[in-house]
Amino acid sequence: MKRWMVFLAILAMVASIITGCGSKQTSGNSASEAKTIKIGIDLELSGGVAAFGSSALDGAKLAVKEINAKGGVLGKQLELAIADNASKAEESTRAIQKLISDDKVVAVIGAATSGNTLAASTVAMEKKIPLITPSGTATKVTVDERTGKVKDYIFRTCFIDPFQGTVMGNFAAKDLKAKTAAIYIDSSSDYSKGLAKSFEEQFTKNGGQIVTKESYQQKDTDFKAVLTRIKDKNPDVIYVPGYYEEVGKIIKQGREMGITVPFLGGDGWDAPQMFEIAGNEALNNTFFSNHYSSEDTSPEVQKFVENFKKEYNKVPDGFAVLGYDSVQLIAEAIKNAGSAEPTKIKDALAQIKNFKTVSGTISYNETHDPIKSAVIIEYKDGKQSFKTKVNP
Amino acid sequence: MEYITQQLINGISVGSIYALIALGYTMVYGIIKLINFAHGDIFMVGAFVGLVSAKMFQVQGFDPIWVFIFSILLSMIVSAILGVIIERIAYKPLRNASRISILITAIGVSFLLENGGIFFIGPQAQGFPEIIPKKQYHLFGSIQLDSNQIMILGVTFLLMVLLQLIVHKTKIGKAMRAVSFDMEAAHLMGINVNTTISATFAIGSALAAAAGVIYGMTYNSFDPLMGIIPGLKAFVAAVLGGIGIIPGAFIGGLFLGIIETTVSSIGYSLWRDGVAFAILILILIFKPSGLFGKNVREKV
Repeated sequence: MKRWMVFLAILAMVASIITGCGSKQTSGNSASEAKTIKIGIDLELSGGVAAFGSSALDGAKLAVKEINAKGGVLGKQLELAIADNASKAEESTRAIQKLISDDKVVAVIGAATSGNTLAASTVAMEKKIPLITPSGTATKVTVDERTGKVKDYIFRTCFIDPFQGTVMGNFAAKDLKAKTAAIYIDSSSDYSKGLAKSFEEQFTKNGGQIVTKESYQQKDTDFKAVLTRIKDKNPDVIYVPGYYEEVGKIIKQGREMGITVPFLGGDGWDAPQMFEIAGNEALNNTFFSNHYSSEDTSPEVQKFVENFKKEYNKVPDGFAVLGYDSVQLIAEAIKNAGSAEPTKIKDALAQIKNFKTVSGTISYNETHDPIKSAVIIEYKDGKQSFKTKVNP
Repeated sequence: MEYITQQLINGISVGSIYALIALGYTMVYGIIKLINFAHGDIFMVGAFVGLVSAKMFQVQGFDPIWVFIFSILLSMIVSAILGVIIERIAYKPLRNASRISILITAIGVSFLLENGGIFFIGPQAQGFPEIIPKKQYHLFGSIQLDSNQIMILGVTFLLMVLLQLIVHKTKIGKAMRAVSFDMEAAHLMGINVNTTISATFAIGSALAAAAGVIYGMTYNSFDPLMGIIPGLKAFVAAVLGGIGIIPGAFIGGLFLGIIETTVSSIGYSLWRDGVAFAILILILIFKPSGLFGKNVREKV
């Protein structure tokens, strides 16, 4: 008797929870359709590269605030629906599914890294929702590796990996006059592999020689064995295209072991944690390619830096800029399309030409990659300093 | 030759950290036969307390050496208390349950500490202050050795000796050995089993905390998930040396560090973790009692 009663009570509870949820959702949707346009955010807000995601989110929020203050898009206010992907590919898939099915977003911004964007892109393609990654730089994010076809719903705000690697390959050979280089990659990241590949191509094309190629994995902490190996080969520069957590430790340990040659890298180095982990002194004589520099004197950059400082009381990094620009791109596409239908946004995005953003003027090519410039930044005395700007 | 010596030094310095963590692991196992999977996370909490207190003491303007001593002591005390609390809440109610339920609880505690860390401290890696500035020494020309590496090896060796003395020469140590031999009989002979087990946990956790602070100082970073891999490696080290044997943990740790470094130094850095866990499997197959263990048949 008693068991039956408990069973019935549980059944009743479950039923009420299910119906309760259902009714809440439908009412939420009808309200949002009336007044606002919802944009989804699928970013790394926790986990290994949380610094990237939270920066991009700050930028996106600022852009939404500015657009809404000017009256929104098509007379409607923009609204962000935020989901955290915990810096993991499987969570990224789950996050975008939630955004599309629960929040009914018209477009998604994210993720910050190539691997997590790839995971989300399959869902975006299947559900026919445009996805724009602020900083997923791997080529295969927008192009299907196997078929070679462009993924028509996937776009990006940043330049692609081959470009970053090429820029650094030229910089190492021409500006630093390096003859030999060692490459030390994060073998658990497509991003790192992609950069290394194009760096190697460009550096050897310039007459340089790669003396050794080594690899590490995310969450490794002791790099001394491999650094000893690299030191033994005596390269002129060391290219470490990884993310800040490990790169910080690599540079620190390398300098402790008496490696004095320049370390080079990509936009994965762009985080304030680099100073904490590696220390100011160890970071001297290191260079990386990035999307923008806050010291760039162009009026768009200076205006953005000022507004960002007012809002968050800190200097924006590259990810903040790309998050900001991603919202601007979606808003522009909605405006051009005259509608917030996902398929129309996608078509309008593909048509974007000469659109001025903070990180440069964007025109999409046929593979949905913006053609724009890169900057090279040097870490010097505990600060990022603007070295040069490189046009494609 | 110089290259090999340098790599050997690298290996010993990695290994001495594994050994330091493995000491606490092996001691808890030796005495209450519990593989405390939360050990790596107590190590993380210890590192965090060390990070906060080091920053605090540095602001007060203490001498670096005192900052180091104070923060390592504070983190050892806090972690010892945490260890006792965990034992009382999570393990004590299961004292008579099967070995597997305690093991599962230990994994649960481990997840609780990791995710609690993410919740309260934040998920991002943070820098760890360099409490004592590292000094570089040069041997025979180009071989490098830094003060930190010597310090770790020294501290680990000292703690191992101290632990041996506690277990073999003190009254509480005698009680620990008695409890480890036969808990019920020890109880009948008037030994307070609960106090003894609490003391074991307090010492084990304090050791983990000391390792955490030193680890943070060595690699200049802290994050809430930092305990997972070193915890697993320390487990391998403890099994390698013979789990439950204190000098075994020391030698097992050094051995594992040297093997890992050798694998990296000949150009197979990606195989490093694989080799470490392959060693675990091989040891479990061919010599489950570890390098220093004797084959003791359990009484039926």
